[in-house]
Parts: sequence; C-alpha cells; structure tokens
Amino acid sequence: MIVLEKRPQPSKAWSYATPLVAVIATMVFGGILFAILGKNPIEAIGTIFWEPLFGEFAFYYRPQLLVKGAPLVLIAIGLSLGFRAGIWNIGAEGQYIMGAIFGAGAGLAFYPLEAWFIFPIMVLAGAFGGWLWATIPAFLKVRFGTNEILVSLMLVYVAEQFLASVSLGLLKNPEGFGFPGSRNLQSYESAHNAELIAGSGMHWGVVAAFIAVIFAYVLLNRHMLGFHIRLTGEAPRAAKFAGVNPARLILFCLGLSGALAGLAGMFEVSGPSGVVSIDFNVGYGFTAIIVAFLGRLHPVGILLAGGIMALTYIGGEIAQSQLGLPAAAIQVFQGMLLFFLLAFDLLTNYRIRAARSEVA
Amino acid sequence: MDLGEINPVLLVASLMVAATPLLLAAIGELVVEKAGVLNLGVEGMMIVGAISGFAISVETGSPWLGFVAAAIGGAVLSLLFVLLTQVALANQVASGLALTLFGLGFSALLGQSYVGIKPPSMGEIHIPVLSDIPVIGPILFQHDPILYVGITLTAAVWAALKYTRAGLILRAVGENHDAAHALGYKVIKIRIMAIMFGGACAGLGGAYISLIRVPQWTEGMTAGVGWIALALVVFASWKPWRVLLGAYLFGGITVLQLNLQAAGVAIPVEYLAMSPYIITILVLVILSADKSSAPASLGRTFHASH
Repeated sequence: MIVLEKRPQPSKAWSYATPLVAVIATMVFGGILFAILGKNPIEAIGTIFWEPLFGEFAFYYRPQLLVKGAPLVLIAIGLSLGFRAGIWNIGAEGQYIMGAIFGAGAGLAFYPLEAWFIFPIMVLAGAFGGWLWATIPAFLKVRFGTNEILVSLMLVYVAEQFLASVSLGLLKNPEGFGFPGSRNLQSYESAHNAELIAGSGMHWGVVAAFIAVIFAYVLLNRHMLGFHIRLTGEAPRAAKFAGVNPARLILFCLGLSGALAGLAGMFEVSGPSGVVSIDFNVGYGFTAIIVAFLGRLHPVGILLAGGIMALTYIGGEIAQSQLGLPAAAIQVFQGMLLFFLLAFDLLTNYRIRAARSEVA
Repeated sequence: MDLGEINPVLLVASLMVAATPLLLAAIGELVVEKAGVLNLGVEGMMIVGAISGFAISVETGSPWLGFVAAAIGGAVLSLLFVLLTQVALANQVASGLALTLFGLGFSALLGQSYVGIKPPSMGEIHIPVLSDIPVIGPILFQHDPILYVGITLTAAVWAALKYTRAGLILRAVGENHDAAHALGYKVIKIRIMAIMFGGACAGLGGAYISLIRVPQWTEGMTAGVGWIALALVVFASWKPWRVLLGAYLFGGITVLQLNLQAAGVAIPVEYLAMSPYIITILVLVILSADKSSAPASLGRTFHASH
C-alpha cells in the first residue's frame, strides 16, 4: 500500500521542480494527442517549442514572444496577488476588455488632435476601466459577502456584450464604410502604442509588464501589505490575530489585478491590435490564470511562465500553418499544462511512502 | 416594436426548455456540493457533454444514445477533477478552473467536423387527452422526454437526500468529513461518486443545449450556463426544489429577453443579451447574506492522516 504523508513544510525542491515536470508531462501527453490527430508528435512539439526561438524565421517570431507574453504576464501578476490570499478573480478577461474600451475611448475622444498628453491619459483610462470592472465584485464581496468568483466571471459576459455594443455604435469608425470596429489607433500617432525600438516587439506594454514584476516582487518581500497577503493565504487565523483588514485586502487585490488587466487591454488595443472590434479579446484573461499557477504565484516565476505560454501561442500558430494542427489542439495543450501542474503539486506538500504494516 | 406578437403560452413552454440545461447541471452540482466538494468545472463538463452527445447522436442517428454518451462524457471528464482533488489533494477552485479550460479546448477539438450539421430530432411526447388541453397542454404536456427527466431527477434528488440512508451519509460527509470518517464512512469514495453524478448531470445539460435547445454544434456554445448553474445552487440555498424554481426563473429571463429582441424593443440587442448575467449577479447579492445553509465542509480538502 502506498500512503501520503503530509510534509511539515512544503518541499522547496519540489516546488521549483513541479512546473518543469508539468511542462515535460504536457509535452509527452500533448505528443500523444498530436499523434492521435495524425501528426508526427516529435515534429509538432519541435515546431511549437523550437521554431519560434531558433528556427529559420526566429528573427520574426522572437519579437512576437514579447508581444504575446506582455499581456499574459501583466494580467497574471495581478491575479497571483489575489490567488495568494485566497481571493479569486477569474474575470480578468472582462477587465481586459473594459481597459481596452476605456483606453481606446479616451484616445479617440481627442481625435484628430495630436498631443503628447493623449497616450498617458489613455493609459490612466485603461487602468481605470479595468479597476472599475474588478471593483464591482470586490465591493459586492466586502459589502454583501457575494462570491467574487461568480460575479467576476458573469461580468466577462457582460463586458463581451458591451464590447459588441461599442464596436457597432459608440466607438464605430465614422469613416469605416459601415463595417463594425473603431478607427485604427495605429494610424493615429498620438494614441499609437508603437514599438520603442523598431522590429524588437518592445512596446510600452512590455515595459509595464517588467515594471509590474519588479513591483510585485518588492511588494511581496519588502512591504507590510505583501506580508499580509501572504499571511492571509498561508495562515488565515494568524492573519486575523495580526490585525489584517480583510475588506481592504479584497479591494486592493481585486482592484490592482483589474487595473493591470485593464492596462494589458489598453496596450493591446493601442498597439498590436489597433482596433476595438467584436472579436478583440482572445482569451488572455483566462490563459493568464494558467500562467499565474505555472509561475507558482511568484513574480519571477510568472515572468518565465508567461514566456513559455507565449511560446505555445506562437509555436501553435506555426504548427497550425505548417502542419495543419487545429487551433483547439493548442488550447487543449495549454489546459493540460495547468492540469499536470496541479497534479504534481501533490509532491510539494505530501511525501509518498510505502505503508508500514500496522497492527489494527 | 410589437409586444402583442409574444404568445404567452409559447413563452412559458419555451421557458421550460430554456431552463432544463440549467436545471440538469445545477441539480448535479447540488449533490456534489452537498458532499462537501466545490466543482467549478461545470461549464467544462457541460460543453464536453454537449459535443459527445452531439457526435454520438449524429453518428448513430439516435438522440437517446447521444444523451447516454453525454452523461458518460461528463462523468469521465469529472474523473479528472477526482484525480486532482481527491487523489492529488489539489485546491478545488484551481482544479475546477483547470477542468473548464481543458473542457472548452477539448470540446472544440472534438467538434471540428460537426460544425453546421443538424442532429437527429428527439421529437415530443404526445400524451392523448392531456397534450390536447388548451393552454395547459402545450405548456406542460408537449415537450421532449429529457425535460421530464430533469424534473424527475429533481424529485429523486430531493427524496434521496431527505429520506434515504445514502442521502444522510452524503450530507454527513459534506457537513463534517472528519466526523463522517470517524464513523467509518468512506469519505473519498462517497465524494468520488457524487462528483461523477454531478459530471453526468452536467453532461446531460450540455447535450440538451446542443441536441434540443439550439440544436446545432458551435464552439463554446454553453456560453456561461455552467457558471449560472453554480450561482443557482447558491441561490437555491442547496435545496432541490428551489433549484427548479430558480432554473425556471432564469429560463424565463432568457426567453423573455430573446422575445424582446425579436419583437424589436427599443433596447439594443447587446443590453438585452447581458441581462441574464446581470440578474444572476443581483440575485447573488440579495441572497448571499445568508450562508447558514451551505455545507460546512464545502471546498475543504479531506486527507485521512490515520
């Protein structure tokens, strides 16, 4: 008989090793999945993980890693703070949409004025939009004890409908020949989140993601509030005795993660995407949940995990065009990753032993 | 705008159809939560049920086999949740999310060759005399069989939880798993069975959407019904008949907003379409003050240390 024995302290070694083991297990089982779909598994896995970094066209794909990774890291950093304290914001997708709408709306309000202050205003508006959307579940939880998981998720669907509404109405391009979608912000210089160095993929969103990582690291390790977040997650009773104010923590964690998701949306709409349209959101808000867990809710871990996840997005697109791998297969692949991660986490908290024969 | 075009009899009849996927998924989740497990993967199990039911009924031509396959599909997916939360003792919230993300991708993969196909129809039950009664007939006695399965299931769950020994044990496990364990009940085994029952019900609910309500397959077609079902269990404060009531209430809202869209009310379509989600939030706010009826061990991991 095999029994599980709870470790007195979570194993440090396993806590670093599980994400790696999970990635390897996902590669193996993903390979099996690709083989079932009739693709050469080695070639498919190679295309996803090797091609974007070292392949023939890597000079084109490498900048894309930053473009895809930045929103994931930005959102996941915010989510991780809440997840650590047991505050579950799973509506980042909605906050991302609202950030984009607010940010783009603020920019387009000035059209066609060209001025230096337009972009900073858009950044603030984007963060505000996301913050506002996340503060709804936070406020309801603090005031009425409403479950923040369900409320934040319901608001994703509301935000999607709102996005459809504004891209057909309020923000529709007046010179767009009746097609849905806003003016292209890429061709409005003051509102364009352009690459800082041409061809590098580095735009303001990438900069913001790096700043967020550093900020979260400092907050968690050097600041009282960060200590309170960790304490609430790891020892809720001790947190109560230490005088942690739960309401303040909920408003802070949800509000901050919303603001970061809003920023991600705003940088996306003013940069790589350019247009507010019905199909603007592509699920970064949900994938960021996987990124947060894969990064062990640690800022540096999230940075690495964001890179890996961006790799699967870009590699997945390459595999799609070169090998005809269906887009949904990549989605399954990403889902598997979270699955294996949670499963292998057992080894962090428990020791597996052969049971000694006991006298009943 | 012409509100006169809305036929109240048809409205009530279609309300019951709209409510059934919610009812099926929510009654399953109620049993899971009564056993002390919070499975947030309802949406994922529903969508996998929707595609497995759809695929099997298209391949075999039998909607009945489709529903059986949907129940099996949902239950098999829930085994992943079992593996994570009951064997690997992972966090239930995170595991439920994993199940939903995985299920959405997996169903999209399975469903690629089924887009744009019409499934075989199940037909409606026609009971002589009863079905022909004006008004009441079309409302109550002219539906597909699965709708009645949903109502029967609600009654069965209510009776089982209230009057049977098995129901009592299930509730004991949900209220205090340590005490139940000390009494010699197999906490993990009971929870695994409850989770699989929940998965099968969610699968049925999903297949009801793809085979009867829509009937068609599109990616992500459950569109949050699984999440509303989770809210419904809270709304019902874990009581089966209240789940039925709640499901009909939400079904009513959905059907009404669709009818208003069709009638061309001055409210933009998008705002009508968001109304079920907003009303879910409002209902949660009103009802979340009272948490006393939640199973005491809900969402807590059980590990027998000796």
